[in-house]
Amino acid sequence: MSPILEIQGLFKNYGSTEILKDINVSIEKGEFLVLVGPSGCGKSTLLNCIAGLEPISGGTIRIGGLDMTQVSPKDRNIAMVFQSYALYPTMTVAKNITFGMQVRGVDKATQAAKLAEVARQLQIEALLQRRPGQLSGGQRQRVAMGRALVRDPALFLFDEPLSNLDAKLRVEMRTEIKRLHQDLGASMVYVTHDQIEAMTLATKIVVMKGGVIQQMGTPAEIYTRPANTFVADFMGSPAMNLIPARVSGNGAGSVVEVARIGAEPLRLRDPRLTGVSGDILLGLRPEDITRAGQRSGDLVQDGAVTVEVVEPAGADTYVVTRLGGKEVTSRLPADTVARPGEALTFGFDLSKASYFAPDSGQRLN
Amino acid sequence: MTDATFPAARQSRATRIALRWGLYLILAVFALWYLLPLFVMVTTSLKSLDEIRTGSLIALPREVTFEPWRTAWSGACTGIQCEGLRPYFWNSVLLAVPAVLISTLIGALNGYVVAQWRFKGANLIFSLMLFGCFIPFQVVLLPMARTLGMLGIAGTIPGLIFVHVIYGIGFTTLFFRNYYVTIPSELVKAAKIDGAGFFRIFWSIFLPLSLPIIVVTVIWQFTQIWNDFLFGVSFSQAGTQPVTVALNNIVNSTTGVKEYNVDMAAAIIAALPTLLVYVVAGKYFIRGLTAGSVKG
Repeated sequence: MSPILEIQGLFKNYGSTEILKDINVSIEKGEFLVLVGPSGCGKSTLLNCIAGLEPISGGTIRIGGLDMTQVSPKDRNIAMVFQSYALYPTMTVAKNITFGMQVRGVDKATQAAKLAEVARQLQIEALLQRRPGQLSGGQRQRVAMGRALVRDPALFLFDEPLSNLDAKLRVEMRTEIKRLHQDLGASMVYVTHDQIEAMTLATKIVVMKGGVIQQMGTPAEIYTRPANTFVADFMGSPAMNLIPARVSGNGAGSVVEVARIGAEPLRLRDPRLTGVSGDILLGLRPEDITRAGQRSGDLVQDGAVTVEVVEPAGADTYVVTRLGGKEVTSRLPADTVARPGEALTFGFDLSKASYFAPDSGQRLN
Repeated sequence: MTDATFPAARQSRATRIALRWGLYLILAVFALWYLLPLFVMVTTSLKSLDEIRTGSLIALPREVTFEPWRTAWSGACTGIQCEGLRPYFWNSVLLAVPAVLISTLIGALNGYVVAQWRFKGANLIFSLMLFGCFIPFQVVLLPMARTLGMLGIAGTIPGLIFVHVIYGIGFTTLFFRNYYVTIPSELVKAAKIDGAGFFRIFWSIFLPLSLPIIVVTVIWQFTQIWNDFLFGVSFSQAGTQPVTVALNNIVNSTTGVKEYNVDMAAAIIAALPTLLVYVVAGKYFIRGLTAGSVKG
């Protein structure tokens, strides 16, 4: 079966400014694709291009196996949820949801049946006769989703739908969107700048920066094997530690040397390293620097480092130290006893390590 | 802000009340000052000519007579005809109503395009339209006369409607554009995905939102067109003149005694429709003006 969405060699220019450069993405039916990146990376523009709201400068867009590059938005078999919800202010909730069907000339009985079904699904039956101005943020969000659901499209597009909600409601709606995706088995493209939203919702993530795709993969791939230092830094909170280090030896004899303050350099072995030597950046997630003895494994190696800052966060305690001249955050159990200025022995799990070239930032292993 | 840093809060209650009443007094004086001409007009129009000659200007009429109003409406002479203001009043209605409606509709469409359907050169076109608001009436008189002649509608009411529509588009476009730029563009995007086209989005989504700005535009245009004298006197001929031109003719074509009471009554009749529009729709006017200008 052909992919539900297939973008090939897409370019987008505003005048002489290139907004999107050679975008190639494809997703299968039922996938949840999240486009994530900092503001100005082109993710919303890409979504608007998929919707047909922005003309593209080159490449093709296929939806449901059909070439939609030149097709107008209404004929692309898509539905879209906007950041500002974009509900029609003078229409009731019911009219908002049925407006699309009304425009397309669907008969009244079908409209009513679909409206009832969607209202039940989203639990907004009580709101149908109200106007958007009389609804709370979360209710407006539901109505906006209802307007998309009623269309029953091949592809759902979400443009930062949760960023106008408060923190608590955002988490609730996130779960709701995920449940909706599971129940409907629908294909979705979702834009966000929030990496946690990306990780929790996606079956596939595209990380973008400056109009270029940095990495595409499952959340686990993106998290454990970031393709470059940008992705490593952007995804995950707290961010992955990028520690300047030196590699000597080769293959089984490889040793990663990390400078410590007031002690000999830390010497960690990683026999998986081949063909890498000299200065590198050692990428370790905070949870892969644990308390000594807490994690076992061939490549878990101990080392004592002076503690600089201790940040208890309830479930975990974050301990900040300094390695290779940079701040390094480690995630330790909540009951960890650590005092600033004293040395603490950590277990470094190098089986989870990423190595990056310091100049290009590209992944080496 | 604490009381100590806010001097007004330390003032005694008596001082505050005195200040408040002082303010009301000043406002009342200003209001009276502005109402004085209207008062003189109304009282004079209700006096007989004898009383005007013998009495004081600001005295109340000793004997109220509506005869001057009757004369002004249906008997006063404009040049050689003596039909009063009545036919010209209806000319003005026939002229103002279509001109207001057409220019408002075109302004709404223009504003919708310039604000929400951006195209290359949209800013330039809007700037040129804005520029049109600042062209003095006198400048366009001759070219307009030529144009009306070529179109074959010189000296007719449709010709005057045409002139006022053209001249009004700049203002109406400005009003609607400033109102519509405050509407999020995502609304148009959502409607496009819902399958609505250019006119459907205008009709179903933008027009229902536009009541305040429609009221503003209608009041503005109606006042402009009803009160216009220059276009009226330049582009009309006997029989198609608007009420303002007829008023001028009545006041200027008296033979012998000057009938001040008839002149005053005629002036009030000519001004009545705009007055009425303000009274009926005034509160929307303020509301719509701020909605359009502050946010825009």
